[in-house]
Amino acid sequence: MKNNKLSIVLRGLIAENPVLVLVLGTCPTLAQTGNVIAALSMGIAATIVLVCSNMVISALRNIIPDTVRIPCYIVVIAGFVTVVQLVMQAYLPDLYEMMGVYLALIVVNCIILGRAEMFARKNNVVDSALDGLGMGLGFLLALLVMATIREVLGAGTFAGIEIPFLIVRDAAGVVKNSFTLPILTQAPGGFLVFGIMIAVINKIGPKKGEEKRKNFSCEGCPSATVCGRVACPENTELVTESDDRRDGGKEEA
Amino acid sequence: MDFKVLIYILLTGVFVNNYVLQRFLGICPFLGVSKKFDQASGMGIAVIFVMLCATAVTYPIQKYALEPLGLGYLQTIVFILVIAALVQFVEIILKRFIPALYKSLGVYLPLITTNCAVLGVAINNITDGFNFVQSMFSSLGVGLGFLLAMVLFAGVRSRIENCPSPKSIQGLPITLIAASIVSMAFLGFSGVIGNLLGVS
Repeated sequence: MKNNKLSIVLRGLIAENPVLVLVLGTCPTLAQTGNVIAALSMGIAATIVLVCSNMVISALRNIIPDTVRIPCYIVVIAGFVTVVQLVMQAYLPDLYEMMGVYLALIVVNCIILGRAEMFARKNNVVDSALDGLGMGLGFLLALLVMATIREVLGAGTFAGIEIPFLIVRDAAGVVKNSFTLPILTQAPGGFLVFGIMIAVINKIGPKKGEEKRKNFSCEGCPSATVCGRVACPENTELVTESDDRRDGGKEEA
Repeated sequence: MDFKVLIYILLTGVFVNNYVLQRFLGICPFLGVSKKFDQASGMGIAVIFVMLCATAVTYPIQKYALEPLGLGYLQTIVFILVIAALVQFVEIILKRFIPALYKSLGVYLPLITTNCAVLGVAINNITDGFNFVQSMFSSLGVGLGFLLAMVLFAGVRSRIENCPSPKSIQGLPITLIAASIVSMAFLGFSGVIGNLLGVS
């Protein structure tokens, strides 16, 4: 029994890591990994929201009507995001400024809505909390790994502390030589490092990940249940049909 | 001068602050729907449409309801619900009155509800302190930037798909690396627009 609980947590951490294996929540992953501090705070904030919302949604799973469940989940998640926002604004104003709009955007993070839809609505409160914890920590871990790569190679620092071999100063403290790739801390570096990390995982990781990800734009997408997969590119038959209709529509217009 | 500022806001949204390539908002549709040119452009146009509607609705709510009543902290909850309801509403209206447009944009609308770029632009317009007209121009710029990124990237991607690449970087990794190069190209725009129009 205890093993079972532990496996729920560990699954999110590695085997079903939400970022690196399921490729969910790409926006904050790319945006908040320019430095380690931002990644750490993003990961912790998302974990708190994920655990709390999973617990509440699981507790209410017999009350929420099936047809309006997505809006209900969004309200619960948005409520917890607001709590985290207010707490951070009060006690960590600098961090709040730094994270800016991305803190509010935890609401639309696919991982959180995805876990509510896939796990919390079918399982009890304790399991859901553990699942949220595992997934949140997996998210945090992926963010930290990526932020470490980007900050160390891009800025020559780790969490703001300079690394002596990468930034060489002379006796007066003036930077003499720095062996860094500043592009990695900017936008293109985010895409590049994320791409390379997924490639490495494809190479060394378990083959299962590839299958899980095959339809990453649809299977993992929480709106798949809303849109009935009509708009998803993988669903070629329906899309082709609508393409034909669209051409017709344009001519009429 | 006022007009100059509007143009500046518009062009900044398209090129300098491109939401997809520079600020990482709306990555999911960017990676998911950019496989074919016509899908990419359809999605882009639907996003412009929803962004303009969302701004037109959320801005008055923030200014005339939340701020006077001291409910600014409810911004996140109210905005996401308003956007979700709005997308449904737009879908119903289009289906009923403009079926031709619904046929071309309708399939993309449900995907946009959880698109972080739409919520992001609504919140950013408030935090940047824009007035209503400026907000609308900013949303239009951001939407056009999204369309531009989608269309450009669909072109890049159709060429990548035909190239032989090592097995482990096929699929998502090569797509992300290509996105990195496109994003690098957009880095070149920073500062250009401001200097061109003499606005900082």
